[in-house]
Amino acid sequence: MALPKVYGIETEYGIRHTGVTDPNPIAASSVLINAYLASRALRADQGGPERVGWDFEDEHPGDDARGFSRDGAQPPEIETHLVNAVLTNGARYYVDHAHPEYSSPECSDPLQAVRFDRAGERILVESMEAASRQLPDGQEIVVYKNNSDRKGNSYGCHENYLMDRNVPFAQIVKHVLPHFVTRQIWSGAGKVGCEAATTGGVEVPFQLTQRADFFEEEVGLETTLKRPIINTRDEPHADASRYRRLHVIIGDANRSEVQTFLKLGVTGFILCMVEDDWFGDRDFTPAAPVLTLRQISYDLTLRKPFELVDGTTVTALDVQWEHLGLARKWAEENGLEAVGGELVGSEVLRRWEQVLTGLEGDPDSLADQLDWVAKRKLLEAYRERDGLEWRHPKLAQLDLVYHDLRPGRDLASKLGLERLVTEAEVASAVSTPPSTTRAWFRGQCLERFPGQIAAANWDSMVFDVGGEPLKRVAMMEPLRGTEEIVGPLLEGCSDAGELLRRLGA
Amino acid sequence: MAEREQIKKTSTRETPDVVDDVPTTSKKGDELKAEMDDLLDEIDEVLEVNAEDFVRSYVQKGGQ
Repeated sequence: MALPKVYGIETEYGIRHTGVTDPNPIAASSVLINAYLASRALRADQGGPERVGWDFEDEHPGDDARGFSRDGAQPPEIETHLVNAVLTNGARYYVDHAHPEYSSPECSDPLQAVRFDRAGERILVESMEAASRQLPDGQEIVVYKNNSDRKGNSYGCHENYLMDRNVPFAQIVKHVLPHFVTRQIWSGAGKVGCEAATTGGVEVPFQLTQRADFFEEEVGLETTLKRPIINTRDEPHADASRYRRLHVIIGDANRSEVQTFLKLGVTGFILCMVEDDWFGDRDFTPAAPVLTLRQISYDLTLRKPFELVDGTTVTALDVQWEHLGLARKWAEENGLEAVGGELVGSEVLRRWEQVLTGLEGDPDSLADQLDWVAKRKLLEAYRERDGLEWRHPKLAQLDLVYHDLRPGRDLASKLGLERLVTEAEVASAVSTPPSTTRAWFRGQCLERFPGQIAAANWDSMVFDVGGEPLKRVAMMEPLRGTEEIVGPLLEGCSDAGELLRRLGA
Repeated sequence: MAEREQIKKTSTRETPDVVDDVPTTSKKGDELKAEMDDLLDEIDEVLEVNAEDFVRSYVQKGGQ
């Protein structure tokens, strides 16, 4: 039986510090995050900024899912002592390399994950506003939710899925690789031009995804160079004897909620089907995965076939339709609890079919659902009105500006992208954790006992109740620590000391 | 491919209302173009004038 999926999404945002001659992205990222934390602390009237830092005890980014460990791989923050905070909604907000990164709390269904991804956008918007109150006149830090600077530098939007440790990693690779290569047709955020060293002589005025140009390997541990389609980082942040966390680095950061919903929802289905060995002998592995990944991203007709390892040819749409058919049968037989419940699961299937039908018949009909379609439509309108060649810098500018998060300049809302969550739901998700995962315990402890928490991370909290050694509370089960399970316990506690006594810690 | 045909047929049967609605809610081409032109004018107002400088200065190093 497939394990209930737990979903997470992390976004590294692009930033531009204007009004300075020599911008420093690390400093600017720190300014954004510090300004946000200070403004929230003031608003909460907690008598000063309570800051809870990240705990690195269980971080092992060098561990490889294929069964070995690389020495010397440290979480980068240990080396550089950058800003790193845990928020009351259960998320992590920190400087990663040279970007502000928001990692959503653990979510139990893909719609909830969309809500917490949008909460991240809102946190970045509030950060910009808070920073602008601190910066000298004439300076501004602007945040972009994209993945490329158009000069060969890329930054990620990673997904995380809880899986059964017993499933051999090779099985995951076999079925997830074809999914990642073909899902681009509906998951891409679109990009003007190409940043790959070579395109094999093909002209690429516009492509489906931001990220395809940056992938060079099929499977591997790297995330910053020689990026692999399947990342093998083996840090479950949970009971390692039972769970695996599949860390996915190939996705685009989407402005479209429909795309974030489908990206997480459909991938959740695929992983459940891998756990249930649902693919049988079906093998859609491309003969040349990296090449195929790029060719699909470059092919706006969505019709070019590619070769599979067995020598037959298919299109990305063929693979997606077959996966949808298998998913429907899997759902009929197994129900939808494992992907997040009947309501959300059936909505994933419905929308998945809707976008495949649209892509097959008339991609332009999806301009309110898919970033790449919305962006291309905008660019074509400019090209027509102003008679612009694809190489014109104004189109490259629009490609970047599409991802600008500033209210009033936000093209995603101007272009009328469909919303799946309301502003009120997003506002609540900025400060209140998901009630259905251990993020509830993390966020609520931070909310209730900010002065008594020394540090926190995904799978533990460290309490400092004074006069005693620090106490670590482990949270190795991502679906415990929910409101239902710990709500009554937390409700009656006046301080963390009492909580620890009740927990028997 | 048989599987795929089946999915599409099923969906057509399940959603006749949506199909019927299309003619009444869709807008004429001219109207859509006018809306898009208005949007382009609106975007022009917030775009930085020198596109080339803007694009050149957007540099993001050190990402995953």
